Amino acid sequence: MDMTKPRTLYDKLWDSHVVAELPGGASLLYIDRQILHEVSSPQAFVAMREAGRKLRRPETHLAVADHAVPTRARQGEIADPLARSQVAELEANVREFGIPYAPLDGAEQGIVHVIGPETGFTLPGTTIVCGDSHTTTHGAFGALAFGIGASEQGTVMAAQVLPQTRARTMKVELVGRLGPGVDAKDVALALIAKIGAHGAVGYAVEYTGAAVSAMSMAQRMTLCNMAIEAGSRIGLVAPDETTFAFIKGRRLAPVGAMWELALESWRTLPADDGAIYDKVVTLDLDDIAPQVSWGTSPNQTLPIGSAVPDPASIADPIERRETEKALAYMGLVPGQSLADIAIDHVFIGSCTNGRIEDLRAAAAIAGGRKVAPGVKAIVVPGSAATRAQAEAEGLDRVFLEAGFEWRFAGCSMCVAMNDDRLSAGQRCASTSNRNFEGRQGPGGRTHLVSPAMAAAAAVTGHLVDSRSLA
Amino acid sequence: MPAQPFTTVSGRAAAMREDNIDTDIIFPARFLLITAKAGLGEYAFHDRRFASDGNKVEGYVLNDPRFADAPVIIAGANFGSGSSREQAVWALLGLGVRAVISSSFGEIFQSNCMRNGIVPIVLPEDQVAALMDLAEAGATFSVDLERQELGAEGLAPISFSIPPERRLALLNGWDETDQIVNQYSGEIEAFEVRQRQSQPWLYTREFAA
Repeated sequence: MDMTKPRTLYDKLWDSHVVAELPGGASLLYIDRQILHEVSSPQAFVAMREAGRKLRRPETHLAVADHAVPTRARQGEIADPLARSQVAELEANVREFGIPYAPLDGAEQGIVHVIGPETGFTLPGTTIVCGDSHTTTHGAFGALAFGIGASEQGTVMAAQVLPQTRARTMKVELVGRLGPGVDAKDVALALIAKIGAHGAVGYAVEYTGAAVSAMSMAQRMTLCNMAIEAGSRIGLVAPDETTFAFIKGRRLAPVGAMWELALESWRTLPADDGAIYDKVVTLDLDDIAPQVSWGTSPNQTLPIGSAVPDPASIADPIERRETEKALAYMGLVPGQSLADIAIDHVFIGSCTNGRIEDLRAAAAIAGGRKVAPGVKAIVVPGSAATRAQAEAEGLDRVFLEAGFEWRFAGCSMCVAMNDDRLSAGQRCASTSNRNFEGRQGPGGRTHLVSPAMAAAAAVTGHLVDSRSLA
Repeated sequence: MPAQPFTTVSGRAAAMREDNIDTDIIFPARFLLITAKAGLGEYAFHDRRFASDGNKVEGYVLNDPRFADAPVIIAGANFGSGSSREQAVWALLGLGVRAVISSSFGEIFQSNCMRNGIVPIVLPEDQVAALMDLAEAGATFSVDLERQELGAEGLAPISFSIPPERRLALLNGWDETDQIVNQYSGEIEAFEVRQRQSQPWLYTREFAA
């Protein structure tokens, strides 16, 4: 490797973790951190046990139950016997292998991608994996973080490495400024609409520009979280003073002399001047309005002022077919205004938008208003710590007085593995990340929006530009 | 657990003419509460194969007796996108699928395939479309991983490419974890010694609360 050539953030993260070059061009990458949850890890533990393997570095793991857990209450037994046994299995596994665990009723429980950063487990310059595709989220800290399958989790447990092929690099330059009431979620959705649901397959995406530097860690996490919805396993933001200020003092963050040493190292991570990216995409934030997905793939997204697309006016046969399929599933009529679409459910939460900043944005719209008749609206904080913070700020009361339900932390209606799910034909304004068919329940219809947009839909009963309520 | 070694596979191919068939479609999330790896075939494409009343959806490719046992799936772009769930791959295996063909795959899914004895074949979009026509006409396909060639009745062999170390593991049914532990333990230890020097903060924390 030529160390004099200007390198990107991705290059630096990659180079510093190569354990060995494999025949054929792949590399063995060292994995610094692994997060485990109840749904994707059981088979990896079975493989460990069957092969009689030892877990190489238990202290580099963090386990938590988030995907299938109920959100109505934290005390007592989980009603669903399958979910109950999955959580019990995780707890038995972490005991057997000596893995640090955030208990379901504890102060550090929450969604994997919310608690990693909150506890200081997520650090710049590290490699982080998890059996969850939204592991891209941790890239907001300048970490090389990606989702993996259960077999790969087993390899990390036993060997602390993974064979990986180097990705190409894509620079996403955000120019201009976010308008009032426009969120990082809108930027993420607008980008996917622009480059497509597989526009970033094979690329590691790095978000750059003054607009990114001005973003909070929560906003950066929202941006990186959705990189996977454009097909990229890796979304990155270079670490800066905002990053360091966020990490400092968290339970697992380095302290004292180690903190200083770490800082010195982290400051070398941003791309060198003149570093070359394989692809550059520019997005002008001045042009971005609040976004709404109208279809069944996240790229099927438009600004709230738009109309539902008409397949008849689409020349490309594949796009026409995909549009027809999506409209049929979503029960929408071509030409209908997005702002006329009535919803019956609202979900505010998830690893995309379940952080305190997201809850504040939603509460700002919900405050002093009432959830529209016939609408069921739930707020599911991303973590126990987020819930506690929100309660300290009185946000729970704002939501409850407006008629929202105030829940305990978990993935909830983003993945619909617990009892928070849509029935066929129900329609939800959701701050989650996927509008796939059946994602929020079989036959359920999802419109992806920002937290403010979700709150605005809740109080009006239909999709609406949240800026009109601000 | 070692995967089934892959040599050649032949049979019909199920054509799925849509883009972005995600892993939620391949294996709906509510079945993720099942922790077994075997026996997941019945849940593969569940909500496409079955209506909410449990009846088979007429006209769906996998409900057509000619394609129900097809060892090959040919799909639109971005097949296996979305969630990292390896159950999507185990469910395909349960259906008897051993090769998937598309112009692009979700990357985590693609990697999961190769860990489980399924060969993901990437071909240009127009070629994929032509193969779908043949598949729908009932042509027999053959996948030869040794030669990295895809054969279809009436077509010259089409070459494809799988990363060399993955190909070797697929051909032999090797378990990647065993391979790595056996071959690279020395390198891993050496890396840890170096990293402990250069980034000691990654080694000093007591993670347990």
